[in-house]
Amino acid sequence: MKEIIRLTVVLTFVCMVAGLILSYVNSATMEARAYQDRLELLNALNMVLPEHDNEADKDVVDVAGTTYYLAKKDGVINGVAFKTSTEKGYSGLIEIIVGVENDGKIIGIGILSQKETPGLGSKIDEGWFKDQYKGKTLESAKWAVKKDGGDFDQISGATISPRAVTGAVKDGLTMYAQNKVQILGGSNVVQ
Amino acid sequence: MSFSKELVKGIWRENPVFILVLGMCPVLAVSTSAMNGLGMGVAATFVLLCSNAVISLIRSVVPDRVRIPVFIVVIASFVTVVDLVMSGYFRSLHHSLGLFIPLIVVNCIILGRAEAFASKNSIFHSIADGIGMGAGFTLALVILGSIRELFGNGTIFNLPLLGAGYEPILVMILPPGAFLTLGLLTGVFAALEKK
Repeated sequence: MKEIIRLTVVLTFVCMVAGLILSYVNSATMEARAYQDRLELLNALNMVLPEHDNEADKDVVDVAGTTYYLAKKDGVINGVAFKTSTEKGYSGLIEIIVGVENDGKIIGIGILSQKETPGLGSKIDEGWFKDQYKGKTLESAKWAVKKDGGDFDQISGATISPRAVTGAVKDGLTMYAQNKVQILGGSNVVQ
Repeated sequence: MSFSKELVKGIWRENPVFILVLGMCPVLAVSTSAMNGLGMGVAATFVLLCSNAVISLIRSVVPDRVRIPVFIVVIASFVTVVDLVMSGYFRSLHHSLGLFIPLIVVNCIILGRAEAFASKNSIFHSIADGIGMGAGFTLALVILGSIRELFGNGTIFNLPLLGAGYEPILVMILPPGAFLTLGLLTGVFAALEKK
């Protein structure tokens, strides 16, 4: 019995000390981590949004479960960015950020995270691949890879990843088109 | 054993990767580039050094029957510290190492050294052992990562070494490349050791 008490006391004490240290480190690094998170989002937004003078990561409107980031110049919305994702890639989730002009014309897309095969599917993150979406709208392009009769280049040796990206961007655009009025009119920032 | 002897043995005679063949999961998975190898190596070395020191320090008050849970709590705490600090200050490295940072907890090198060395030796020697084993692990990861990055991507530490015309051997940065390179290097180490 005495032995059990000793074991319990030692183990509890060790866990308590560990907990104290971790809670300290957690709060000490909290600010740095939040800053890095914000930096990542801002970098992604700047990649796909037109020149703007507001803080696009804070100027958001949530519609139908998606967050739309609004870019504004002199208080007027000149672009919207949103995230879209797909699990139809070769391995795991592909997260994409899409920036559009108000009418839904793509300014640019960016890959936020992907686990596609290095050197094959991972080429969806290369400039030439992402650039082919620039200037496209839902109506102006056939939203499929060329192999499926669409307008977008696949990558040799990897058709699945480009197909997934094209599908996800199309879905995102469709959602945007459906909710456009609400997104553009529903800004929670006074203009 | 002297401090320097404990230090050197981890790098060569008892190299955790090439001789003891421990911690293969992170070794195979994150050695896709020299930078990833270095980052993983440094992170694991920090955890190993700290856990060795603490475990050696508390070895006389920890009852034998709960030593493994205590070791795991100590190791897991330091791993969490590394994870939080890296996420706050080295974000891109944190992204490329991903899940393998939290998995340092179950890296058998660390628990192995705690059990086999730190729980039986003075803090002074345990620190030497931690640095030595960590350095050996880091060295192995950097060598492995450099070779794989060189042939699989034409670069080492992102410096292009093989020229623009080089056609990368893709398999080297895919999982089979890890096994091939590790097998060859283990063979080289074994041959050198016999001499």
